[in-house]
Amino acid sequence: MAKLKSTLPNMLLSLTIICMCAAGVLATVNQQTSGPIALSKAAALENAIKEVTPDFDNSPLDEAYKAVTSDGDSLLIYPATQGGQSVGVAVESFTMNGFGGEIRVIVGFDADGKLLNYSVLQHAETPGLGSKMQEWFRTDKNKQSVIGRSLAEGNLTVTKDGGDVDAITASTITSRAFLQTINRAYSAYRGTDAATGATTETATDATTEATETTETTEEGGENE
Amino acid sequence: MNNKVKILTNGILRENPIFVLLLGMCPTLGTTSSAINGLGMGLATTFVLICTNTVISALKNLIPDQVRIPAYIVVIATFVTVLQMCMEAYVPALYASLGIFIPLIVVNCIILGRAEAFAAKNSVFSSTLDGIGIGLGFTLALTLLGGIRELLGTGKLFNLTLMPEEYGALIFVLAPGAFIALGYLIALVNKIRKV
Repeated sequence: MAKLKSTLPNMLLSLTIICMCAAGVLATVNQQTSGPIALSKAAALENAIKEVTPDFDNSPLDEAYKAVTSDGDSLLIYPATQGGQSVGVAVESFTMNGFGGEIRVIVGFDADGKLLNYSVLQHAETPGLGSKMQEWFRTDKNKQSVIGRSLAEGNLTVTKDGGDVDAITASTITSRAFLQTINRAYSAYRGTDAATGATTETATDATTEATETTETTEEGGENE
Repeated sequence: MNNKVKILTNGILRENPIFVLLLGMCPTLGTTSSAINGLGMGLATTFVLICTNTVISALKNLIPDQVRIPAYIVVIATFVTVLQMCMEAYVPALYASLGIFIPLIVVNCIILGRAEAFAAKNSVFSSTLDGIGIGLGFTLALTLLGGIRELLGTGKLFNLTLMPEEYGALIFVLAPGAFIALGYLIALVNKIRKV
């Protein structure tokens, strides 16, 4: 078959047909994969919650509610209960101050506010340096570990800033950002301590609160 | 037949996209911080390259010359998006580590380059072979570069510890190490090709 000439109708027809085929293929694949993508995201979150909280028998994902931190942001809290008794919470916290931008961490506290465990959900830190935070802050060596610490006496900071947590070697910025996510998680958790075991009412409350606080967040960002 | 084998092996050493043609440097330097990342990126690009080469070669007579670039880009972008959605659904761990570089396969000049220089002029079968050959050459180069950087930087290879981490030179994990390692590899490949 001879090659089509570059006349206007030919070009229009050819590009239109190619684009329509492409759209069809993409729509089909999207339909096929949107289910598994949502499932794998939910599974990753559920695993992270299991990892950072004590054994529970409720479904934290369905009972999640929003809580406001001291600096005006709102974080998602997943309460864990065993036989109706609160055993702890998992807080999905984040910061934009990482070396590579956003860091999302899920932090688990027990009912007394002691840090149980954490799991890094998403980050863009330098491989081999900042990316070590997944393991560094749970390694029981010198003052590295944050597991088992209580934040009741104040926020966690790195030794360079006068705190008592050893920062990752050559990754002070990442370490600071990581501890910030933990401090924010704790502040969100403490702020809504009374609401643990939330009802639908608190959930809707928190959502309206969250929309209101969007403006205050921006103001708050300046004095950091 | 001999000719077909030649097309297939062409991309691996004689026309290796990284070491000889020096195309697609952005994903090469960006994703090769470890051997497994290099391998993943290489295989993803290979998949796109084979699909686009085959489809573009099959459509070459239906695409008028003056609109061939937009037509090629639509085809390439479609396959990349398909790949991205499939990876996110079925291999989320690899998807998370390659992140931003998957959509960037669209603008990888190897793919448009092969479409323009090879697929638009040759038969469907030859184009598929060319896609496989160039793709394998790209994968090989990325895995090699990733492996060298991972070993020198962290003392590991495919996450297996080969030497204590303290002996690793951090710079190889970072961007400057990518340039240094790539430079020496290109020099080495040039030496081998001259012999």
